[in-house]
Amino acid sequence: MTDARGAAVVIVGGGVTGLSAGWWLARAGVDVLVLEKGIVGWEASGRNGGGATHVYSPLGLEEQRLWPQMDELLGYPTEYQPYRIGVALSEAQLALARRWAEIGEARGFRWESLDRRQLKELVPIVGDNAIGGTYLHFGGHANPQRTVQAYAWALQDHGGRILQHTTVTGLARRGGRVVAVETTRGTFGADVVVIAAGPQTGAFADMLEVSLPLAPARVEMIATEPIPLMRVGGVAGNGLYGRQTLRGNLIYGGGPHEWINVPDMTTPDHANTPLVRNLSRRLAELFPGAAHVRLIRAWSGLVENTPDGLPVVERLARPDNVVIATMSSVGFGLSPAVGRAVSELVQHGRCLFADLGALALGRFAATPPDWRERAGWVAPPPTVEAAAR
Amino acid sequence: MSGTDRRSIIGKAPVAERHVPLVVVGAGVAGTAAALAAARAGVEVLLVDEHPVDNDMMAMDVPLCFGGRMQPSVRNRALMLERVVERNPELASVADAGVDVHLGTYVWGAFVNSPTVQELPGPMLGLADDRRSWLVSYDRLVVAAGARDVLLGFPGWERAGTLGAAGAAALLTRYGALAARRIVVIGSGALGLHTAALALEHGVEVAGVVEVEASVRGDARAAKTLAERGVPFFTAHTIGAARGRTGEIESLVIVGVDGAGAPVPGSEREIPCDAVCMAIGLAPSVELLHLVGARLHFVSGLGGWVPEVDASMRTSVPTVFAAGDGAGFHDAMLEAPDIAREQGRRAGLAAAESLGAVAPPGRLISADSARAVGAAPVPPAVHGYWQAWLASLVAAGGWDVNVCQCEEVTRRELVETKPPRYLRWDSPAMKARNLGTLLGDGPLNQDQIKRLTRAGMGPCQSRRCREQVGLLLAEAAGTTIDRIPLPTFRPPVRPLPLNVLWPVDEPAAMREDWVSWFGIPTQFSPHWTAGMAIDEPTAHANLIMSDE
Repeated sequence: MTDARGAAVVIVGGGVTGLSAGWWLARAGVDVLVLEKGIVGWEASGRNGGGATHVYSPLGLEEQRLWPQMDELLGYPTEYQPYRIGVALSEAQLALARRWAEIGEARGFRWESLDRRQLKELVPIVGDNAIGGTYLHFGGHANPQRTVQAYAWALQDHGGRILQHTTVTGLARRGGRVVAVETTRGTFGADVVVIAAGPQTGAFADMLEVSLPLAPARVEMIATEPIPLMRVGGVAGNGLYGRQTLRGNLIYGGGPHEWINVPDMTTPDHANTPLVRNLSRRLAELFPGAAHVRLIRAWSGLVENTPDGLPVVERLARPDNVVIATMSSVGFGLSPAVGRAVSELVQHGRCLFADLGALALGRFAATPPDWRERAGWVAPPPTVEAAAR
Repeated sequence: MSGTDRRSIIGKAPVAERHVPLVVVGAGVAGTAAALAAARAGVEVLLVDEHPVDNDMMAMDVPLCFGGRMQPSVRNRALMLERVVERNPELASVADAGVDVHLGTYVWGAFVNSPTVQELPGPMLGLADDRRSWLVSYDRLVVAAGARDVLLGFPGWERAGTLGAAGAAALLTRYGALAARRIVVIGSGALGLHTAALALEHGVEVAGVVEVEASVRGDARAAKTLAERGVPFFTAHTIGAARGRTGEIESLVIVGVDGAGAPVPGSEREIPCDAVCMAIGLAPSVELLHLVGARLHFVSGLGGWVPEVDASMRTSVPTVFAAGDGAGFHDAMLEAPDIAREQGRRAGLAAAESLGAVAPPGRLISADSARAVGAAPVPPAVHGYWQAWLASLVAAGGWDVNVCQCEEVTRRELVETKPPRYLRWDSPAMKARNLGTLLGDGPLNQDQIKRLTRAGMGPCQSRRCREQVGLLLAEAAGTTIDRIPLPTFRPPVRPLPLNVLWPVDEPAAMREDWVSWFGIPTQFSPHWTAGMAIDEPTAHANLIMSDE
């Protein structure tokens, strides 16, 4: 492919953050091109729990404002469903559920306490081991796979372009600015470049001599066969996140992560481990009424974390035509809002609707190079497989 | 200076209940031969087979298409166990050779280290029976998992009585529990003729053998024998519909096709029957091989995706071997079990040798057997035949037939990449999207279309639709099925209840340090105030923000 037509804005990474940013830009009339090494939303963006309840974030209010409108704005289904129920099996879990609720309350949202009887009425598969819970009249969840495709299609409907199976190999600079993006399918000129490449974002920052501390990790999820739809699908607790889908499947994740080494630009295998059994147990504890339900699928995904677990969303000072967006492993729910924030950073140099100060890269200016080792956020030492290998 | 992240997987590695130098999965001809060869060479072997499968699993058409035609006796586990043992004489010799045989045991997962997994102490398998699950680690693995049914839909195929050749054979031979009296066999290749003969042998009437091609595809003599026993052959015919007043098949309507595979008006004929057996082909069961990372390649003559193996049946993963129908199925293997037996023997011997065992003299691979396995010519391609069947079924049955029964996705909805019906979604934008627009963005990918349409996402884990989804999409996209990337297999490769997967052997640290997400105290902190962090009770993250 030699027809490497550049764009005013080239976005590196066709995950949920890059696609949302591209969609916001395209609908504002900006000429935008998204470059994706594989298929859109194929990595963590399409493999998460679908939660959309992040009111603690500087982008949280915008997240809550936008989600109920997303189906209409995009023109494609996201399976967004409002409200969340927290189930607690212990006092500690109840305290945790309440803290989530109180953070919402501090931002003006309503919630209620549920006793066991109320909980069982709303969520019939909850058992006698539940001690109570919370009903959030805010937050929600959507279907990540459907949503990433919706962003991609809506972006195209507004004249934006997406090139899949196109791996970015370099960023060409001239006069202190990035002027083009080099890929396996040619070089694409750009006025502004957005880097939203998930775990690989750090490698692109390195190319610009910008230090962006990121630690990638693998996390796993499980899915059951469908069961009858509950009144509210957004039920979680017992150290699990997830939801009942509109089809009826229970989809949950949680538990230990595995820190891994920075992946190269190839598409990783999405391997699972016996952790699927531990997840099954937590789910059966959360929903004793569904303990007999069959697990039909499991998968994993790679996510990246910054040292404080918070996103970096910033227009760099140098080169000044680059925007970096990594969501530090919590990107799907916030995607409508962060896409809008990125589009404003591109167009206006700053975010007009929220103060992104807490997400600035400068907070890591003094982070030591060996921060991963110090925190213990490193890959386990490789084991010797079988002797004959 | 280094810290430890207690919320990470470190210190929580899964613990195998048992370590075995060699695990053989599948106690068919190949698996028993592998186990026997290795055991005689002095290797400790665990042989695992899922049969007898419990009734609930069978009812989902897992692992084979049983079509709901099980006799109530399959609920009697003890009786079925007895039958499975009694009808597989090889099991006795294997046990005599000291092999530990576990029947009625599923292998639902295979777990190995890879670029994104470094935590495992070694390769391990997930096993389960109908009550609990456990892990077994191994040094060598022979996968002899057999082949599963290739099904193509037709109007009414959701009714009880739609079987596959492998499912029917299992019910007839292993279980002695086929609840059908009069069946119609679809396909007149070696598999169809074999299935018809097997049915007759077990006292089941064969009401017809239907073949879309103009003449019988299999061996003429075998067909003649069947015809002499009163089996009618309907060549140049396809399926119109399966009928019944209830959810059961009571008759099959077949229809003649012309040279182009189009139905001939007025040629319909209704055959009373209680079962329809799809016997056009089998697909190797490569789920476990995929999970261990063995390289698979597409060989149409072997049934599709099969492992790359060398002459000793070693896969691209040096510790893993494949043998029998699961390493590639072709017609000759039906009548010549020696092919699978020899593959199994080689795999077992090679596994044993690689473990340092010395095979008894006279049991080394002979030149003759090398020819039988290694130098065999690639059998003729089968996917063109499957595609011809599918084309005739579409011509006769139309586009509004379910391709995926579990998720109720029709052929039309699949190739138009429609969102699932339960979303009741309609928009001008959505209407403008279809397979064609998707292909404009990149090459065909079955997994991507699965996510959009849900075809293949149900409890049967796409066993009933994987091939027909691939064939339909390839046809609609103007390509061929061998050019579509392998649709992935995900664990558990058998649909098992949560309370069976439940790990009674869970390490204490798993429980003590469990967090829903990374457990970074600042991750969910309200940005407007300090000290109100969402801090899960077990979180103890070491935050390294600066040198202090």
